[in-house]
Amino acid sequence: MNDYLSYSAIKLGGLIQSKQIGVAELTRAAIEAAKESNDGINAFITINEEEAIRQARRVQSLIDNGDTPSKLAGVPCAVKDNISTRGTPTTCASRILGGYTPMYDATVVERLRAAGTVMIGKLNMDEFAMGSTTETSAYGSARNPWDPSRCPGGSSGGAAAAVAARVAPFTLGSDTGGSIRQPAAFCGVTGFKPTYGAVSRWGLIAYGSSLDQIGPIAKDARDCAAVMTILSGEDKRDGTSTPFEFDDSSIANVNADSADLLVGLRVGVPDEAFETGLDPSVRARTLEAADTLSNLGAAVERFSFPMFKYAVPAYYIIASAEAASNLSRYDGIRYGRGVAEPGLPLDEAIIRARSEGFGREVKRRLMLGNFALSAGYYDAYYNKALQAKALLCGAFDAAFDRFDILLTPTAPTTAMRLGESLDDPLTMYLGDIYTVPVNLAGLPAVSLPCGFSDKDGMPVGMQFIGKAFSDVNVLRAAAAYQSATDWHQCAPVSAAKGGAAYATV
Amino acid sequence: MPYLALIFGMERGIYMELTSAMTHSIAKLSGIRLSDSEAAAMTRDLGGVVGYFDLLNELDTRDVPPRAHVLPLVNHWREDAVTPSAPRDELIANAPVRRDGYVVAPKTFEGGGSS
Repeated sequence: MNDYLSYSAIKLGGLIQSKQIGVAELTRAAIEAAKESNDGINAFITINEEEAIRQARRVQSLIDNGDTPSKLAGVPCAVKDNISTRGTPTTCASRILGGYTPMYDATVVERLRAAGTVMIGKLNMDEFAMGSTTETSAYGSARNPWDPSRCPGGSSGGAAAAVAARVAPFTLGSDTGGSIRQPAAFCGVTGFKPTYGAVSRWGLIAYGSSLDQIGPIAKDARDCAAVMTILSGEDKRDGTSTPFEFDDSSIANVNADSADLLVGLRVGVPDEAFETGLDPSVRARTLEAADTLSNLGAAVERFSFPMFKYAVPAYYIIASAEAASNLSRYDGIRYGRGVAEPGLPLDEAIIRARSEGFGREVKRRLMLGNFALSAGYYDAYYNKALQAKALLCGAFDAAFDRFDILLTPTAPTTAMRLGESLDDPLTMYLGDIYTVPVNLAGLPAVSLPCGFSDKDGMPVGMQFIGKAFSDVNVLRAAAAYQSATDWHQCAPVSAAKGGAAYATV
Repeated sequence: MPYLALIFGMERGIYMELTSAMTHSIAKLSGIRLSDSEAAAMTRDLGGVVGYFDLLNELDTRDVPPRAHVLPLVNHWREDAVTPSAPRDELIANAPVRRDGYVVAPKTFEGGGSS
C-alpha cells in the first residue's frame, strides 16, 4: 500500500473511484508513513489519525453509493499549520499559540473536505511563516528528505517535505514571499502560488495580508491544477477574494504527446536573474531548462528587468509592516498561551506573553515593521516601498506585453545545511530575490524541478511567472515541460527515512 | 553565501547606524521586551537590514503614487441581516484563564476599586 503513496494524486483518485484501492486503507498507509517519517523529517506538527479515518469512511460510503464528490476524493493530504482547522490545534509553529484550537475551518479546509480529500495532519513551518528554512519552528526544524542534514526550505518546509518523502500526495502551503515555491524547489517537488485573490485567505492566520496566498504543493503541475479546481472560487468572507474559477480541463490531459503546447509560447528570461550571486549549478540547470523549452518550440528570449534587485528591500518593509500590525492581536489573554503568573498589570502581562511567546525571527520582523511605520521613518521606508512596488508592477506589465511567461531560478542556491543561515538575517532575506517580486505584484508562479546540483546532488527548482489570473496558462506550461522531462518523478531513495541518493520511480 | 551580497551592491557598505536606544524604543512599540544580550544582537541584525533598505533610494520615485494593493478591489457587500454568531462557550474555551463564562483579563487600571 505504501507504494501507492508515490503515485500522483490524480492517479490515486482514479484508482479510488474505480474501487481498486480503499480510502481507509490508503489513509492508514499515509498515516503510518507520516508517523514513520516524522522522527527523521519532522514534517508534521499534528497527525490527526481518528478524524482522518472518520473522513475516509464517510468518503468511501459516498463513493460506494456512486456519489464521488471530486476526482481527488479519498486522496490523503495535509495542510500547513497556519491554516485553521476546526477541532485540531493550529499553532503557526509558535509558542504563543500553544493550546489554541480553532472553532472553525478555513475556507480551503471546508473545500478540501467537501471534495472528499482526507486530511491526515498539520504541517511544520517557520514560526508565523517567517523564515526560509523551517528552523524557526517552535516544534523543531523539519528536514529535507533528500538529505536530512539540510533544511527543506521554508516557510512551508513541512508541506514540501511531506510530498517529497511520499507521505502525502499533495499538501497546502502558504506563500507570502516564496514560502510555497522555495521549499518546493529545495525538496524537488512542484509548488504553485496562485494569483492574489484566486484562493480565499479566510482562516489563514495572517502574516502579510496584501501578499499571503494559499496554494498546493504536489509531485507535478497536473496535480497542482487538480487541487486548484477545489480551492479556487469566490468567498465572500475574504474581502480580497475574486470570482476567478480555475478550470483544469486543459491541464488534466497534458500527457507525453502534449509537449507541442509549448510551441510558440513566449518565454522571457530576465538577465538580472542570472547575474553574480547565483549558484553555478542552479544557473546551469535553469538555463538548460530554457534550452529544453526552446527545443520544444517555445520562443525563448533574454531581456532586461532591472527592477529585480529592489523587490527584496521593498518586500521586507511591506511584509514586516503588515506583520507588525497583524501580530499585534496576540496578547495571551483571549487565546493562546498566557502568562502563568497571576496579578500582573495589563501591559506587563501582554509584554510578558509576547516576549516569551514569540521567537527571535518573529521579533525581528515585528521590530522592522514597527520601525518602518514609526513617525519620521514612514515616508522614507514604508511609503518608498509602496512606490517601489508600483514601479515593479509596471515593469511586470511591460514584460507581459512581450512574454507569456518569465523563467527564473526559484532560489539562488540549493537547500542549505541546518544552522547555516539563521544567524545572518540579511543573507537569508536575499535568498528570496526571485520569489518576492511575484508576491509584490500579486502574480501566479510555479516552482518545478529541473535537475540536480553538481556540487551537492540536491534538487534544483525553476520558476515560471505569469500575468495576473493566467494561473491556468502557467500550470499548463509547467505540465507540458513535465510531459517532456522526468525530473519531477525523481524521489529520494527510501523517501520516508530520508536518503541522499535518488532514483526515478 | 556571502557572494549573494555582491548582487546587491553591499560591498559598498551601506549601513544605517541603529542605536541601542532606538532598539529599545522599537521593542516597546512592538510590545516585547529584550534582554541586554538580545538587544545587542537585535541592534546588529536590524542595523544591517535597515541599511540595506536604503538601496531603494536609487529609485526615482518622484511622481510615482504609492501602490497599496494589486487588485482593483471593490467592497464585498452583504445583506444587512442578522445571522447567528459564534457560540460563546466555544469562543471562550480558548482563553488561557476563564471564570463563570468570562475571559479573565488583568486589571487595566491599578487601585481603582470596581468602577
